[in-house]
Amino acid sequence: MYEFDIITPNSIDAAKSEFDAAEDGQFLAGGQTLIPVLKQRLAMPSDLIDLEHVHGLSGISASGDTISIKAMTRHTEVAADHEVQAAIPALAKLANGIGDMHVRNRGTIGGSIANNDPAADYPAAVLALHATIVTDRREILADHFFTGMFETALEEGELITEIHFPIPEAASYMKFANPATRYALVGVMVAKSHNNVRVAITGAGPCVFRDAEMEQALMGNFSPESIKDGMIPADDLNTDIHASREYRAHLISVMVRRAVAEAVG
Amino acid sequence: MPLITVHVNGVETTKEVEPRTLLSTFIREELKLTGTHVGCDTSQCGACVVSIDGKTIKSCASFAWQFDGAKIQTIEGLANGTELHPMQEAFRTHHGLQCGFCTPGMVMTAVALVENNPDISENGIREGLEGNICRCTGYQNIIDAVKTGAKAMRG
Ligand SMILES: Cc1cc2nc3c(=O)[nH]c(=O)nc-3n(C[C@H](O)[C@H](O)[C@H](O)COP(=O)(O)OP(=O)(O)OC[C@H]3O[C@@H](n4cnc5c(N)ncnc54)[C@H](O)[C@@H]3O)c2cc1C
Ligand code: FES
Ligand code: FES
Repeated sequence: MYEFDIITPNSIDAAKSEFDAAEDGQFLAGGQTLIPVLKQRLAMPSDLIDLEHVHGLSGISASGDTISIKAMTRHTEVAADHEVQAAIPALAKLANGIGDMHVRNRGTIGGSIANNDPAADYPAAVLALHATIVTDRREILADHFFTGMFETALEEGELITEIHFPIPEAASYMKFANPATRYALVGVMVAKSHNNVRVAITGAGPCVFRDAEMEQALMGNFSPESIKDGMIPADDLNTDIHASREYRAHLISVMVRRAVAEAVG
Repeated sequence: MPLITVHVNGVETTKEVEPRTLLSTFIREELKLTGTHVGCDTSQCGACVVSIDGKTIKSCASFAWQFDGAKIQTIEGLANGTELHPMQEAFRTHHGLQCGFCTPGMVMTAVALVENNPDISENGIREGLEGNICRCTGYQNIIDAVKTGAKAMRG
């Protein structure tokens, strides 16, 4: 690792001003992605601004039609939260399927979304549930947030503070996990609200994406039969040692059918 | 350099650490508690698992300074003098280890799983050990050990 200094602010304002004052600052959340990156010398921040002690950055609340999750909330906490389990069980299930128990005890929703790993789970939920990402300076709709591989709409020094998830009528997350890492080889979140259906797919492409054709088909008839094999062309999908693009295309149809079957109940 | 105070296996220690000192390095090289193993150093294997305020983490994927003020338990903190913790005893009787490299992380994880869920099912144990890799045993004896350890912990 290259040398760096550490800063442990306890307010959002202090975190922002420390970031601005640092030569090349970087926020540290659960460290489950960032620390391995530092160990491999793939990043060289001058200062790590630790978010752990920042007041008001952790916790879950439910209000009417929305579940709000603060950025520093650990995957373990989302998985075990009774309000999440009651309102959006698919989200609790998703959180409980991330990596392993040790990773879930450290990793945070804010870190996962900011990182936007092409195979991460949370981006699928954020996109399918049409969540709003709240930062220190604005609100960003999910449709505008994930802009590319490991890329988001976040500006330099922009801090995610919380994520608002509208509660859907029904939703389901189905992941075909890489047997070694548990990252999604293909992960699919299907969400239905007021005759609107959103299908978000992670793990299969360079960045989480929605599929309009599947959404249209499911809006016509919210049933697994609406999803045909070959609905998603394989051309733009990832191909690697774990799975070919054709296999991923096949898995997407299978996972969407399973998700719809579960959501229908 | 930050000065941190940690409570490791009930003993309070105050030391200066470099910001980039990993918790695993701190435990092994500063505190000389070499029961915590470093297998992969890339967050994959779970040999380095320790328990912080009752929650397991991979100590190779966190910095020592992040645990200023925390209660840390390592494998050395489980036994009561010469009397093994029931989970350690269960690993011994079931041959839940061969080379023993993964064992500290396996046992720390198993204890946490049972503390969180005393009636944990076999499936729960298998899923709970997702983050711990063993190259020797083929896992079956580890599962048997955790089942017996869980029973003994329930008393
Ligand atoms: C063995 C292993 C298995 C894993 N398996 C999975 C899996 O199956 N599915 C999955 O989705 N993930 C998986 N992960 C990743 C895990 O979920 C990470 O926790 C997550 O990607 C990053 O979250 P973090 O809190 O650790 O962030 P960090 O590593 O601390 O930060 C990641 C990045 O986000 C930035 N950042 C953090 N918080 C904020 C914020 N509030 N605002 C702005 N920027 C911020 C940081 O500056 C950094 O660039 C796995 C990780 C490991 C080590
Ligand atoms: S040494 Fe930490 S996970 Fe392998
Ligand atoms: S006993 Fe050798 S790695 Fe598990």
